[in-house]
Amino acid sequence: MPKGIVVVDKERCKGCGLCVEACPFKVLDFSSEYNSSGYQVTYMAHPEKCTGCAVCANVCPDVALEVYREERSVKGAT
Amino acid sequence: MSVEVAIPEGYVRAFAKPAALSDAKFTYCPGCHHGIITRLVAEVLDELGILERTVGIAPVGCAVFLDRFFHCDFVQAAHGRACAVATGIKRARPDLVVFTYQGDGDLAAIGTAETVHAANRGENITVIFVNNGIYGMTGGEMAPTTLPGQRTVTTPTGREPRLHGYPLKISEMLAQLDGPAYISRQAVFDYSHVVKAKRAVLKAFRNQLEGKGFSLVEILSTCPTNWRMSPTEAGRWVAERVTEVFPLGDLKDVG
Repeated sequence: MPKGIVVVDKERCKGCGLCVEACPFKVLDFSSEYNSSGYQVTYMAHPEKCTGCAVCANVCPDVALEVYREERSVKGAT
Repeated sequence: MSVEVAIPEGYVRAFAKPAALSDAKFTYCPGCHHGIITRLVAEVLDELGILERTVGIAPVGCAVFLDRFFHCDFVQAAHGRACAVATGIKRARPDLVVFTYQGDGDLAAIGTAETVHAANRGENITVIFVNNGIYGMTGGEMAPTTLPGQRTVTTPTGREPRLHGYPLKISEMLAQLDGPAYISRQAVFDYSHVVKAKRAVLKAFRNQLEGKGFSLVEILSTCPTNWRMSPTEAGRWVAERVTEVFPLGDLKDVG
């Protein structure tokens, strides 16, 4: 099980790629899917590498990402 | 969230949209740093628990639809006059938290006088100044903050300082005055700078709650559309070129 999960709000995503660039573990990439505005949305290409660090969500200009983290890793971090 | 995804048990939410933001989609272009800055303001309003008594002043420019994005009250000021409107609201209702959110075409060009005098009077307001060095909404004309040599639609061969003047350093100007309590310049081109920028925005709002006076946070932003760059190239341009002319850091802090 991955340590983190990124949930993409496909309708908010504008496919700018800032999250793809920012992810330290190269988890995210552009999917082959387009949303109703015609933007190529982001998706978890390598979900097993995700740590739930939320760097992607912090640099997302459209608040399109929601990040979940395994409960243990949250406790371990604090 | 419009997407419902089943999250397996044992996971906690590490990041979600701030409660101060509505469900309305941002009207900014793809990859524009405006969206990050708007979110930082919303996160700060949430953290300080002041949403119910906050009034924002929207500018003329790309952020003109701010009232749609936030769950607090908004006034949309005439071009450049946000600090003057904020002054009026804050003086009439000192119990409210009043902030303006302005771009460089609004605050540093047509609104220079209002901004300088509000700062000089030390009005107890918070100003978020988004500097992307160009007029974004109107199609990419040269702004007072455009870098020397930078191409815009009105300086197609690049800004020539002897003809068009030098970039206007509003934060340095205001830091010379006795009125302001806090003047800081930040950027949001990567994660660590987003964290620092949020700390500065938080401080600017806290100063107002503590009655310290005029606080301005200038945040260097991008305009991928009018700079004719990809969002990642634009971020790199800010990191490498814009910060040379507009160095980051606190310019004034009375503590």
